[in-house]
Amino acid sequence: MPLDQSFVGRIYPPTAPYQVGREKIREFATAIGATEPAHHDPEAARTLGHADVVAPPTFPVVLTMATSQQIIDDPAIGIDYSRVVHGDQRFAYTRPVVAGDELVCVNTIEDISSRGGHDFLTTRTDVTTAAGEPVVAVWSKLVVRGEA
Amino acid sequence: MELPTKTFRVTRADLVRYAGASGDLNPIHWSDRFATGVGLPGVIAHGMFTMALVGRAVAEWAGAPDAVVDYGVRFTRPVVVPDDDTGTEIEVSAKVKDTPGEGLTRIDITATCRGEKVLSQARAVIRTPR
Repeated sequence: MPLDQSFVGRIYPPTAPYQVGREKIREFATAIGATEPAHHDPEAARTLGHADVVAPPTFPVVLTMATSQQIIDDPAIGIDYSRVVHGDQRFAYTRPVVAGDELVCVNTIEDISSRGGHDFLTTRTDVTTAAGEPVVAVWSKLVVRGEA
Repeated sequence: MELPTKTFRVTRADLVRYAGASGDLNPIHWSDRFATGVGLPGVIAHGMFTMALVGRAVAEWAGAPDAVVDYGVRFTRPVVVPDDDTGTEIEVSAKVKDTPGEGLTRIDITATCRGEKVLSQARAVIRTPR
Protein backbone atom coordinates (compact mmCIF):
# COMPACT_ATOMS: atom_id res chain seq x y z
CA MET A 1 0.00 0.00 0.00
CA PRO A 2 1.48 3.38 -0.96
CA LEU A 3 2.46 5.77 1.82
CA ASP A 4 -0.30 8.18 2.79
CA GLN A 5 0.42 11.57 1.21
CA SER A 6 -1.63 13.35 3.88
CA PHE A 7 1.46 13.13 6.13
CA VAL A 8 3.23 15.73 3.98
CA GLY A 9 3.87 18.76 6.18
CA ARG A 10 3.89 16.80 9.44
CA ILE A 11 6.37 18.33 11.88
CA TYR A 12 7.80 16.28 14.74
CA PRO A 13 8.67 17.58 18.22
CA PRO A 14 12.25 18.88 18.68
CA THR A 15 14.77 16.23 19.72
CA ALA A 16 16.74 16.33 22.95
CA PRO A 17 19.86 18.50 22.55
CA TYR A 18 22.92 16.70 21.13
CA GLN A 19 26.29 17.75 22.56
CA VAL A 20 28.86 17.93 19.77
CA GLY A 21 32.08 16.65 21.30
CA ARG A 22 35.61 17.42 20.14
CA GLU A 23 36.55 13.74 20.24
CA LYS A 24 33.45 12.78 18.21
CA ILE A 25 34.44 15.22 15.47
CA ARG A 26 38.01 13.87 15.55
CA GLU A 27 36.72 10.29 15.40
CA PHE A 28 34.41 11.06 12.46
CA ALA A 29 37.11 13.00 10.60
CA THR A 30 39.58 10.13 11.14
CA ALA A 31 37.04 7.58 9.88
CA ILE A 32 36.66 9.46 6.58
CA GLY A 33 40.39 10.20 6.30
CA ALA A 34 39.98 13.96 6.76
CA THR A 35 43.38 14.99 8.10
CA GLU A 36 42.89 18.77 7.78
CA PRO A 37 44.15 20.26 11.10
CA ALA A 38 40.94 22.27 11.70
CA HIS A 39 39.06 18.97 12.24
CA HIS A 40 41.52 17.89 14.94
CA ASP A 41 43.33 20.84 16.47
CA PRO A 42 41.33 23.58 18.23
CA GLU A 43 44.14 26.10 17.58
CA ALA A 44 43.97 25.45 13.83
CA ALA A 45 40.18 25.86 13.97
CA ARG A 46 40.50 29.16 15.87
CA THR A 47 42.81 30.46 13.15
CA LEU A 48 39.85 30.02 10.78
CA GLY A 49 37.59 31.89 13.20
CA HIS A 50 35.86 28.95 14.89
CA ALA A 51 35.49 28.37 18.61
CA ASP A 52 36.68 24.75 18.42
CA VAL A 53 37.35 21.93 15.94
CA VAL A 54 35.17 22.05 12.81
CA ALA A 55 33.08 19.06 11.69
CA PRO A 56 33.36 17.75 8.11
CA PRO A 57 30.35 18.60 5.89
CA THR A 58 28.53 15.28 6.28
CA PHE A 59 29.02 15.05 10.08
CA PRO A 60 25.40 16.10 10.87
CA VAL A 61 24.26 12.69 9.63
CA VAL A 62 25.43 11.40 13.03
CA LEU A 63 22.52 13.34 14.55
CA THR A 64 20.00 13.27 11.75
CA MET A 65 20.15 9.53 11.11
CA ALA A 66 19.24 8.94 14.73
CA THR A 67 16.48 11.54 14.76
CA SER A 68 14.90 10.38 11.49
CA GLN A 69 14.08 7.27 13.48
CA GLN A 70 11.16 9.43 14.74
CA ILE A 71 9.61 9.21 11.28
CA ILE A 72 10.69 5.66 10.47
CA ASP A 73 9.19 4.44 13.76
CA ASP A 74 5.98 6.48 13.40
CA PRO A 75 3.33 3.73 13.30
CA ALA A 76 0.87 6.10 11.62
CA ILE A 77 3.07 6.23 8.52
CA GLY A 78 4.05 2.58 8.62
CA ILE A 79 7.40 2.46 6.80
CA ASP A 80 8.84 -1.04 6.31
CA TYR A 81 12.47 -0.21 7.11
CA SER A 82 13.75 -3.48 5.65
CA ARG A 83 12.72 -2.08 2.25
CA VAL A 84 14.29 1.36 2.69
CA VAL A 85 17.13 2.52 0.45
CA HIS A 86 18.87 5.87 0.78
CA GLY A 87 18.02 7.91 -2.32
CA ASP A 88 19.25 11.49 -1.95
CA GLN A 89 21.02 13.51 0.68
CA ARG A 90 21.68 17.24 0.95
CA PHE A 91 23.13 19.65 3.50
CA ALA A 92 22.59 23.43 3.34
CA TYR A 93 24.75 25.25 5.84
CA THR A 94 24.21 28.49 7.69
CA ARG A 95 27.52 27.82 9.41
CA PRO A 96 29.72 24.76 10.03
CA VAL A 97 29.12 22.53 13.07
CA VAL A 98 31.85 22.97 15.70
CA ALA A 99 32.69 21.16 18.93
CA GLY A 100 30.75 22.58 21.84
CA ASP A 101 27.58 23.05 19.82
CA GLU A 102 24.38 21.90 21.46
CA LEU A 103 22.12 20.95 18.57
CA VAL A 104 18.40 20.30 18.32
CA CYS A 105 16.71 18.66 15.32
CA VAL A 106 13.21 19.31 14.05
CA ASN A 107 12.01 16.82 11.43
CA THR A 108 9.46 17.70 8.79
CA ILE A 109 7.98 15.41 6.17
CA GLU A 110 8.47 17.52 3.08
CA ASP A 111 7.23 15.21 0.37
CA ILE A 112 5.74 11.78 -0.24
CA SER A 113 5.30 10.37 -3.72
CA SER A 114 4.87 7.02 -5.43
CA ARG A 115 6.31 5.94 -8.74
CA GLY A 116 6.80 2.56 -10.37
CA GLY A 117 5.55 0.75 -7.28
CA HIS A 118 8.07 2.48 -5.00
CA ASP A 119 7.43 5.16 -2.40
CA PHE A 120 9.63 8.21 -1.98
CA LEU A 121 9.74 10.06 1.32
CA THR A 122 11.64 13.33 1.61
CA THR A 123 12.41 14.58 5.09
CA ARG A 124 13.94 17.88 6.10
CA THR A 125 15.75 18.18 9.40
CA ASP A 126 16.31 21.71 10.63
CA VAL A 127 19.35 21.59 12.88
CA THR A 128 19.61 24.58 15.20
CA THR A 129 21.38 25.42 18.42
CA ALA A 130 19.39 24.90 21.60
CA ALA A 131 18.88 28.70 21.52
CA GLY A 132 17.26 28.40 18.08
CA GLU A 133 20.11 29.73 15.92
CA PRO A 134 20.03 27.93 12.53
CA VAL A 135 23.10 25.80 11.73
CA VAL A 136 22.25 23.43 8.88
CA ALA A 137 19.22 22.10 7.03
CA VAL A 138 19.47 18.44 6.04
CA TRP A 139 17.33 16.75 3.39
CA SER A 140 17.08 13.01 3.02
CA LYS A 141 15.09 11.12 0.44
CA LEU A 142 14.28 7.56 1.37
CA VAL A 143 13.08 5.06 -1.21
CA VAL A 144 10.74 2.39 0.12
CA ARG A 145 10.97 -0.40 -2.44
CA GLY A 146 7.68 -1.92 -3.46
CA GLU A 147 6.90 -5.57 -2.86
CA ALA A 148 7.81 -7.14 -6.19
CA MET B 1 37.06 24.59 -15.54
CA GLU B 2 37.96 21.01 -14.61
CA LEU B 3 39.21 20.36 -11.09
CA PRO B 4 42.00 17.82 -10.48
CA THR B 5 40.71 14.23 -10.14
CA LYS B 6 41.04 12.62 -6.72
CA THR B 7 41.03 8.91 -5.92
CA PHE B 8 39.97 7.30 -2.64
CA ARG B 9 40.68 3.70 -1.73
CA VAL B 10 37.96 1.96 0.28
CA THR B 11 38.56 -1.27 2.20
CA ARG B 12 36.41 -3.31 4.60
CA ALA B 13 38.38 -1.82 7.51
CA ASP B 14 37.30 1.67 6.36
CA LEU B 15 33.64 0.59 6.39
CA VAL B 16 33.92 -0.84 9.90
CA ARG B 17 35.58 2.36 11.13
CA TYR B 18 32.91 4.49 9.45
CA ALA B 19 30.11 2.33 10.87
CA GLY B 20 31.43 2.93 14.37
CA ALA B 21 32.04 6.66 13.92
CA SER B 22 28.70 7.37 12.23
CA GLY B 23 26.51 4.98 14.19
CA ASP B 24 25.22 3.34 10.98
CA LEU B 25 25.54 -0.32 11.92
CA ASN B 26 23.46 -1.74 9.06
CA PRO B 27 24.99 -5.21 8.40
CA ILE B 28 24.88 -4.73 4.61
CA HIS B 29 28.04 -2.67 5.22
CA TRP B 30 30.00 -5.41 7.02
CA SER B 31 28.39 -8.85 6.59
CA ASP B 32 28.57 -10.67 3.24
CA ARG B 33 26.06 -13.18 4.53
CA PHE B 34 23.54 -10.44 5.25
CA ALA B 35 24.30 -8.39 2.11
CA THR B 36 23.90 -11.32 -0.28
CA GLY B 37 20.80 -12.41 1.66
CA VAL B 38 19.05 -9.16 0.68
CA GLY B 39 20.12 -9.47 -2.95
CA LEU B 40 23.26 -7.35 -3.00
CA PRO B 41 26.40 -8.62 -4.78
CA GLY B 42 28.27 -8.36 -1.45
CA VAL B 43 29.12 -5.86 1.26
CA ILE B 44 28.61 -2.30 0.01
CA ALA B 45 29.94 1.01 1.29
CA HIS B 46 27.61 3.31 3.21
CA GLY B 47 26.25 5.87 0.75
CA MET B 48 27.09 8.45 3.38
CA PHE B 49 30.70 7.20 3.45
CA THR B 50 30.99 7.78 -0.29
CA MET B 51 29.39 11.18 0.21
CA ALA B 52 31.90 11.96 2.98
CA LEU B 53 34.88 11.03 0.77
CA VAL B 54 33.52 13.18 -2.04
CA GLY B 55 33.00 15.93 0.55
CA ARG B 56 36.71 15.71 1.37
CA ALA B 57 37.49 16.23 -2.32
CA VAL B 58 35.16 19.24 -2.36
CA ALA B 59 36.82 20.75 0.72
CA GLU B 60 40.27 20.18 -0.81
CA TRP B 61 39.23 21.87 -4.05
CA ALA B 62 37.82 24.74 -2.00
CA GLY B 63 41.09 24.94 -0.09
CA ALA B 64 39.37 25.17 3.30
CA PRO B 65 37.74 22.61 5.61
CA ASP B 66 34.82 24.95 6.37
CA ALA B 67 34.08 26.20 2.84
CA VAL B 68 31.17 23.91 1.92
CA VAL B 69 27.91 25.89 1.97
CA ASP B 70 25.60 23.45 0.19
CA TYR B 71 26.23 19.84 -0.78
CA GLY B 72 23.83 17.28 -2.21
CA VAL B 73 23.97 13.94 -4.02
CA ARG B 74 21.76 11.14 -5.32
CA PHE B 75 22.93 7.58 -4.69
CA THR B 76 22.59 5.66 -7.94
CA ARG B 77 24.76 2.54 -7.67
CA PRO B 78 26.22 0.67 -4.72
CA VAL B 79 29.99 0.69 -4.13
CA VAL B 80 30.85 -2.99 -3.65
CA VAL B 81 33.85 -3.48 -1.36
CA PRO B 82 35.54 -6.90 -1.63
CA ASP B 83 36.95 -8.65 1.45
CA ASP B 84 40.63 -8.31 0.55
CA ASP B 85 43.54 -5.99 1.27
CA THR B 86 43.02 -3.68 -1.69
CA GLY B 87 39.26 -3.10 -1.55
CA THR B 88 38.03 -0.77 -4.28
CA GLU B 89 38.55 2.77 -5.50
CA ILE B 90 36.27 5.77 -5.89
CA GLU B 91 37.35 8.37 -8.42
CA VAL B 92 36.05 11.91 -8.02
CA SER B 93 36.21 14.71 -10.54
CA ALA B 94 34.35 17.99 -10.86
CA LYS B 95 33.74 21.01 -13.03
CA VAL B 96 33.16 24.56 -11.96
CA LYS B 97 29.66 25.43 -13.13
CA ASP B 98 28.83 28.99 -12.14
CA THR B 99 28.88 31.55 -9.36
CA PRO B 100 25.41 31.57 -7.78
CA GLY B 101 26.23 34.53 -5.54
CA GLU B 102 29.03 36.78 -4.46
CA GLY B 103 31.98 34.79 -3.15
CA LEU B 104 30.34 31.48 -4.03
CA THR B 105 31.19 28.83 -6.64
CA ARG B 106 28.96 25.97 -7.72
CA ILE B 107 30.60 22.73 -8.84
CA ASP B 108 29.19 19.64 -10.55
CA ILE B 109 30.76 16.43 -9.27
CA THR B 110 31.25 13.01 -10.86
CA ALA B 111 32.05 9.99 -8.69
CA THR B 112 32.78 6.60 -10.25
CA CYS B 113 33.72 3.14 -9.03
CA ARG B 114 35.03 0.58 -11.53
CA GLY B 115 34.11 2.94 -14.35
CA GLU B 116 30.46 3.36 -13.32
CA LYS B 117 28.83 6.41 -11.81
CA VAL B 118 27.85 5.85 -8.19
CA LEU B 119 26.32 9.30 -7.67
CA SER B 120 24.17 11.54 -9.83
CA GLN B 121 23.09 15.16 -9.37
CA ALA B 122 26.12 15.60 -7.13
CA ARG B 123 26.57 19.32 -6.61
CA ALA B 124 28.19 21.59 -4.12
CA VAL B 125 28.33 25.29 -3.47
CA ILE B 126 31.59 26.37 -1.90
CA ARG B 127 33.02 29.67 -0.80
CA THR B 128 35.20 30.71 -3.71
CA PRO B 129 38.84 29.91 -2.93
CA ARG B 130 40.85 33.04 -2.21
